[in-house]
Amino acid sequence: MVTPDSQVEVMASTATPIKLGVKNLSIKYGQEAALDNISLDIHEHEIFGIIGPANAGKTSFLKAINRMDLFNPEMQVDGLIEFSGHDISKVRNVYGLRSRIGVVFPLPVGLPLSVYDNVALAPRLSGENNKAELNVIVERCLRRAALWDEVKDRLDSLGSLLSGGQQQRLTIARALSQEPELLMLDEFSIAVDPVTTMRIEDVLKELKQEMTIILVTNLVQQARRLADRTAFFLDGKCLDIGITEDLFTGEVSDPRTRDYVEGRFG
Amino acid sequence: MNKQHSQPPRAVDFDRLNRAWYIDKAVQLLVFVGGISAVIFIIGIFVFITKEGLGFIIGDFSFTEFFFSQNWRPTSEKQTTYGILALIAGTASVTGLAMLIAIPFSLGTAIYIAEFATGKTREYLKITVELLAAIPSVVWGFIGLTMMNPLIIDLFDVPVGLSVLNAGIILGLMAAPIMTSIAEDALKAVPDRYREAAEALGATRWQVIFKVVLPAAKNGLLGAVLLGVGRGFGETMAVLMATGHSINIPGSIFDSVRALTATIAAELGETAVGSQHYQALFTIGISLFVITFIINLIADLIIRDVRKG
Repeated sequence: MVTPDSQVEVMASTATPIKLGVKNLSIKYGQEAALDNISLDIHEHEIFGIIGPANAGKTSFLKAINRMDLFNPEMQVDGLIEFSGHDISKVRNVYGLRSRIGVVFPLPVGLPLSVYDNVALAPRLSGENNKAELNVIVERCLRRAALWDEVKDRLDSLGSLLSGGQQQRLTIARALSQEPELLMLDEFSIAVDPVTTMRIEDVLKELKQEMTIILVTNLVQQARRLADRTAFFLDGKCLDIGITEDLFTGEVSDPRTRDYVEGRFG
Repeated sequence: MNKQHSQPPRAVDFDRLNRAWYIDKAVQLLVFVGGISAVIFIIGIFVFITKEGLGFIIGDFSFTEFFFSQNWRPTSEKQTTYGILALIAGTASVTGLAMLIAIPFSLGTAIYIAEFATGKTREYLKITVELLAAIPSVVWGFIGLTMMNPLIIDLFDVPVGLSVLNAGIILGLMAAPIMTSIAEDALKAVPDRYREAAEALGATRWQVIFKVVLPAAKNGLLGAVLLGVGRGFGETMAVLMATGHSINIPGSIFDSVRALTATIAAELGETAVGSQHYQALFTIGISLFVITFIINLIADLIIRDVRKG
């Protein structure tokens, strides 16, 4: 629920600098359009929710931000995406860009390394080899992802052998280990039980102090609980964008938004 | 809430090219050179073979005679003719029969090893298959010559046991182990969750294999078969020993034939470098090259078609 206090906070956040500026973004896979002319700004230290049914273009949106179009020659990105004011299509060192953005994909990916090495991978890649420092990072990230208590005694076992929900939290811990400025979560709670989901949600509320978070979710109530502002995507278009609570109770610019959040869609 | 962990100084900036970026570029270049060198070698070999055969192709070469005459008489006193139709028929018939034998054998073995066998059985079978793959082709040819030959004569009451049948069986047995190995890899690469998902629907083991695993492994299996076909076209020594090496368009599997490769192997040493015979043999080499290329191209088109679904 949004209390009057946090309303003020949301208002204040519109005055904070823009972390991610998107202008006229269109994405196509070959002939098929996935996103059609999306423009929105995401501010620093906000949780920005994206909701919408399957095939709305939510995941494509995240992929474009992380320059994952480089993996897929079919994927064509048009328009402007600015990360901290830099046009990401003109970035010289795309690896540098990616190391500042954390992504959690919907299906958990425990790399075939030990739990410890999974989390220590990103810091090591960026040159951190101090054992004590790595220990601190690993423990901190695993605690934040609500996984530490379950794995602290078996940090040497393979990450890919953890259960689905544990692997998902390991993925989150790994994304946090690079201290991203922008954290993008795509359906992170898909394989996680409700209690753990709540714990991670609490962590996300805290992380907001340190980073910007984009939360793609199928659970509209999760967006309502967490997101300061939320966009509603449908069929590659952004139909609505605004302070989250407005999508549920206030004015909406498209009646389909209200239908969707109230579960009367389709 | 205060920042508990301030942002560490950024080791990487996205407009600065650091060491990792340069290493990445260097490795990319290295790998590119490796990839392109394969192409260069292929072109180099093609150019060399073509150069050696060129005098024949632009000289006395007659397309109809070369491909449609069944008379290969390079050393005839009266009239030399260079027709490879019978040689093509020999290679094709032996390879075809070999594949008829090798495909069911290798797929069956691969399915058994990958889907049914467990523990020790699996390990021993895999080792045995790999051992079979390591038998030199001259040994297979020897088996064809000394064991299969009398066996075929006895069993089928035919005058000669060196024939399409003999070479086909030998070649099939030769190709099967390596095809099994590749096919088994393809089956093992199918994720277990596919099998679990199908089993959860009440599918039997065979239904799971036939409806889910085999379609998922299709590309790999096709690759295994093509490797076998390539082996069949390219195999020389065993085929030379087991076919009877006589020029013939086979009317039955008991006829002796001669293969393209065996012809080159048997005759190249006795021809004068640069002579017409020598150039004609290289033209056979070009033909083999082109045939292999066409087979691969067809396979590529099939795979693409399969992918489009």
